[in-house]
Amino acid sequence: MSADLAPALNNKGLPESAKPELNKSAGLEGIGNDYKYGFSDKEDYIFKSGRGLTREIVEKISAMKNEPEWMLKFRLRALDIFNKKPMPTWGNCGLLNDIDFENIFYYIKPSQKQETDWDEVPEGIKNTFDRLGIPEAERKFLAGVTAQYESEVVYHSIREDLEKQGVLFLDMDSGLRLHEDIVREHFATVIPAADNKFSALNSAVWSGGSFIWVPPGVKIEIPLQAYFRINAENMGQFERTLIIAEPGSFVHYIEGCTAPTYSTDSLHSAVVELIAKPGAHIRYTTIQNWSKNVYNLVTKRAVAHEDAKVEWVDGNLGSKLTMKYPAIYLLGERAHGEVLSIAFAGEDQHQDAGAKIIHAAKNTTSMIISKSICKNGGRTSYRGLIKVYPKATGVKSSVKCDALLLDDKSRSDTYPTMEIDEKDVNIEHEATVSKVGEEQLFYLMSRGLNQDEATAMIVNGFFEPFTKELPLEYAVELNRLIQLEMEGSVG
Amino acid sequence: MTSPNTNKSTGSNSDSSAIPLLEIVDLHVNVEDKEILKGVNLTINAGEIHAIMGRNGSGKSTLSYALMGHPRYKVTSGKMLYKGQEISEMSPDQRAKLGLALAFQYPVSIPGVSVSNFLRKTVNAVRGRDIPVKEFRLELKALMAKLGVKDEFLSRYVNDGFSGGEKKRLEILQLSMLNPSLAILDETDSGLDIDALKTVSEGVNALSKADTAILLITHYQRMLNYVQPQFVHVFQDGKIVASGGSELALELEDRGYEWVTSEMQPTPGTGPNATKTSSSSSSPSPAVVGAK
Ligand SMILES: Nc1ncnc2c1ncn2[C@@H]1O[C@H](COP(=O)(O)OP(=O)(O)OP(=O)(O)O)[C@@H](O)[C@H]1O
Ligand SMILES: [Mg+2]
Repeated sequence: MSADLAPALNNKGLPESAKPELNKSAGLEGIGNDYKYGFSDKEDYIFKSGRGLTREIVEKISAMKNEPEWMLKFRLRALDIFNKKPMPTWGNCGLLNDIDFENIFYYIKPSQKQETDWDEVPEGIKNTFDRLGIPEAERKFLAGVTAQYESEVVYHSIREDLEKQGVLFLDMDSGLRLHEDIVREHFATVIPAADNKFSALNSAVWSGGSFIWVPPGVKIEIPLQAYFRINAENMGQFERTLIIAEPGSFVHYIEGCTAPTYSTDSLHSAVVELIAKPGAHIRYTTIQNWSKNVYNLVTKRAVAHEDAKVEWVDGNLGSKLTMKYPAIYLLGERAHGEVLSIAFAGEDQHQDAGAKIIHAAKNTTSMIISKSICKNGGRTSYRGLIKVYPKATGVKSSVKCDALLLDDKSRSDTYPTMEIDEKDVNIEHEATVSKVGEEQLFYLMSRGLNQDEATAMIVNGFFEPFTKELPLEYAVELNRLIQLEMEGSVG
Repeated sequence: MTSPNTNKSTGSNSDSSAIPLLEIVDLHVNVEDKEILKGVNLTINAGEIHAIMGRNGSGKSTLSYALMGHPRYKVTSGKMLYKGQEISEMSPDQRAKLGLALAFQYPVSIPGVSVSNFLRKTVNAVRGRDIPVKEFRLELKALMAKLGVKDEFLSRYVNDGFSGGEKKRLEILQLSMLNPSLAILDETDSGLDIDALKTVSEGVNALSKADTAILLITHYQRMLNYVQPQFVHVFQDGKIVASGGSELALELEDRGYEWVTSEMQPTPGTGPNATKTSSSSSSPSPAVVGAK
């Protein structure tokens, strides 16, 4: 099936495959060559839509999922919005405009049904997730797991004790089917379809993602995890995640993402909505490590009510272009929001990431820490917004952005925006751009580390404020990924 | 005046005595196209302790950087032979693996990297094998106790917010773990309090073995009371202008550097070989000023 694929997303320029770095033999320098998740499986699907986006495809998705009428209407309205909305005119427009929406597969159903027993997952898919270490991670330290392959969740499990406490952790489709009331009440209330072009697209063709509802007062001490895998070339993955934390509850959700390395592009465009009710606490951790051919255009937004706390912990490795600005609307007094993010951009990569915090109530507090590294001509941008509404007195916010350049070819920019309409506030902003210090490198090398190892150590140290917020297994994995990204990269 | 060279180097390294541990011949080094080292000659044998003294800016640290392979310190001519092997072209990590180690005059901080992680990675790199965690811990704890480094330093970031003396202690802790065959100490004594000077000196002495050597750069006699060099060299304007035994340090402390220069120059017709300060089997003439 994939043999007749025409050059896809970036067919305006030189095909990726013609670029020299892909012809280099293994072991030569360059990000992506040692991307260990770059393998792909043979396609063996129940259903694969044609390329391009039509009303029929949207109707077909909804019908296959047996959705209620209101959801179909929602999708079709979103499709109209998507078709009407122009592309963003900011950010990396050159790359954005290379996206060929006509060439994408919008829906792929990989298996007949979702499994709760790992052994029942179709062999090929199971092997993939085995290679990615998913079931192993589940056994070790997770309270629940979903694994999404292409458009659908293929495996799902949750610990029995949590189920008994009334915690709902399902894929979004099952959430809609089994808990329609809760979904209907909250769905798209944080991010309406019309928010931006890509949220409209997601709203039209969404499939999969996680649905989590935590009952009042329930604190889930160990993380719930979802794993997202794109397999097919030119796949568009549009998962939709909704987390509702009832008053006084706590949940930590972790997602990881990978995709095969293809010569043409895939699109990942998720919508994630978090609702932290009074006194609730949500932590949302993402470690994305997409292959270099994936456009990652994600809308993430949270609302935090009185005394609630929301934290986005966002690790952006891989992808061709990432545009992602996790937002927190602090709606209730004393609500607190944090965005802690790292970005790593290598050759031909642009990580355009940041954060938005809206202080809409008194005595709300926020903190943004953004750390980025680029090398081999890679590019990182920080784009941030702090907004304080009139009468939101006693607001405190601190923003700290640090960029580390590993060479002279790379580039880092900061675009901070402040809209402060109240006087009684305390806002701090600090931004630094630095280069890896020659003296640091020499010091480490004089202790026996080669240049790559020394650079990796400096980089790991630079990311440490982020890494230390991760569960140990993730921290170890992230450090290992950084080590890989460093190998053969300098000198 | 004695020539302590004979005490140690004979007997202890009978068969390796043919090749010096380090042989520097007419070494010229540039920094940013400016010549800083202008013909250094120095030979160090296994089992020896050498001290270098000299005015600020005379090039002592430059020599230590050049030996360790700092990329901005370019060797323009001359030789640096380590166990007979030319090291000028080697990267710092290759030199570290050969057995050179430098305790920095100004150790840099590595934010976000804990001392324990750093020590494990670097010691494994130099030893060329992964030491089992337990074994590593035991070894490290024993050395920390000896050097008076508290446990809490293990979880702190390397040199980050360390006091001057704490940095120096960590340098010696590192060298003690790395076990170099040539330890270069660049003003390790500066910034140490009186008690610390004693413990650190004991640590330095422990580095000195029959098959290792120490090159110690200092401004003061006080560390030399604990770590006793057989050879003292005076550095001036990018080269060694005088060499002697341990009594030379005392004399310098007493009289300063002025007399060295005045008695020294001019020494017409002094070629590179003539100024070569030898510490090889024929012991140096005590308190020789310049090379005659
Ligand atoms: N990176 C550099 N750029 C320019 N000049 C340099 C550089 N490094 C060293 N120098 C110069 O070389 C000379 C020797 O410096 P060096 O640090 O070797 O002196 P030193 O003998 O160690 O002095 P001190 O006793 O103060 O430590 C000095 O004049 C110094 O300014
Ligand atoms: Mg110096």
